[in-house]
Amino acid sequence: MQKSPNFDPEMAQKTLLNQRDCAVTLSRLCHQLNEVHVPWNRTVLVGLQPRGSKLLKALVHQLESEFGTGPIAHGLLDITFHRDDFRRRDEPLVASPTEMDVLIEGKRVVLIDDVLYTGRSVRAALDALGDFGRPERVELCVLVDRRFSRELPIQPDYSGRRVDALNHERVRLNWNGDQLESVLLESSENAPQH
Amino acid sequence: MPRNTKLQSRHLLGLQHVPADDLHLILHWAGHFKEVINRPIKRVPSLRDITIANLFFENSTRTRLSFELAEKRLSADVVNFAASNSSVKKGETLTDTVNNILAMKVDVVVIRHADAGVPQFLADRVPAHIVNAGDGTHEHPTQALLDAFTMQERIGSLEGKNIVIVGDILHSRVALSNIFGLQKLGANVAVSGPSTLIPRAIHELGVEVIPNVDDALAWADVANVLRVQHERMDRAFFPSIREYHNRYGITMDRLKRLEKVPLIMHPGPINRGVELTSEVADSPHAAILNQVENGVAVRMAVLYLLAAQSTTTDVV
Repeated sequence: MQKSPNFDPEMAQKTLLNQRDCAVTLSRLCHQLNEVHVPWNRTVLVGLQPRGSKLLKALVHQLESEFGTGPIAHGLLDITFHRDDFRRRDEPLVASPTEMDVLIEGKRVVLIDDVLYTGRSVRAALDALGDFGRPERVELCVLVDRRFSRELPIQPDYSGRRVDALNHERVRLNWNGDQLESVLLESSENAPQH
Repeated sequence: MPRNTKLQSRHLLGLQHVPADDLHLILHWAGHFKEVINRPIKRVPSLRDITIANLFFENSTRTRLSFELAEKRLSADVVNFAASNSSVKKGETLTDTVNNILAMKVDVVVIRHADAGVPQFLADRVPAHIVNAGDGTHEHPTQALLDAFTMQERIGSLEGKNIVIVGDILHSRVALSNIFGLQKLGANVAVSGPSTLIPRAIHELGVEVIPNVDDALAWADVANVLRVQHERMDRAFFPSIREYHNRYGITMDRLKRLEKVPLIMHPGPINRGVELTSEVADSPHAAILNQVENGVAVRMAVLYLLAAQSTTTDVV
């Protein structure tokens, strides 16, 4: 059997969602979002950079093509400058572009991210969002909720899958282009704390 | 994307000894900060535990404003110091002045001084990050960085591009920093102006001299036009302002004769009607106000990247 380039014998892998599960889960998230936000003229979906951007794209595409929502206002938000661990880590932060060409003043904003872990990114995102106006309300939609790892009182309004993961484990989303193929839980004895 | 994620230099004293990777990194982050300063709310909390002292031993309006805005938009605490109303007048030495300020727990010092080498002197003696905001006729690195950023924004990568610096090269710290910085970014740099205002050894920096300004403009993708610094001229370097304008001033007539008009830049303040006519300065060929806007973004990048070098565990 050919080993993948990333194969690591010390790394144990568990599939949380296979390709079929991914499709079902994304579709369910779309249904839930659509139920609350139809007719979509007061809602803005905001993906958190860098890893929420693909999920945002997938959700927007599915909502527009299968739910007849019409064009959905959306943007990408980078939270680097609002993080609370600047100068507290050895590795420097790397920023991604922010693309917020939408008005969020008085709108309902749904923050979109792949994995909800400590909640600190979401806290930073709430802060960063304030730079672009005062939304009527803000909700949170994540694909994977690591529910026992929270360091701040933040909970998702929509979640694809709840996972009880240990701190040395990592949740990884496998994208093939714009298609979500699987969600894996990886664990390694020597894995750095993520 | 730049190759490195961290600055190698601990200070920004001048561009002569800064690695090219650092320049690319600063320019890359400046792009992110330009987006920030165009948000409805232009302030991010990144440097809220950092204190920055602006020590201006020489008059400055726009550089000081630009640094101060950059610092405030990063949420740093800012203290300002102008030599004109300080203990320097009472005879205190430079090191004492700065050590006194550092004793108040300052992390970064932005300094402008009329003497070349003062930022280096401080960097060797005080435990803060030093940013040179202009030292005598030596260097003005953040000006050169914002010039490079503006050029990249307007004409793309500077690799292989021709850039001419026109005017008073002799008294200009902007010229020297431009030469060092632009060459590191891969550009060909030439100078043009009265021979009395061009240092004799300039070719040792790999800089060509194009005496005729029309030839220089025809060659260049960008013309960075410098101010005639009357205040630094202790003798007559050219017969009259009018003669200077006739021979070296950038006018619309000159630009109209060219096949391809270069981007016109000027570090300000402009002597309108001397090195540049109003018609040119206010035309779409000029990027002068872009330079001012980009100055804040570039200075935010410099301060952010320097501050990122010391983690809070070092500081405590």
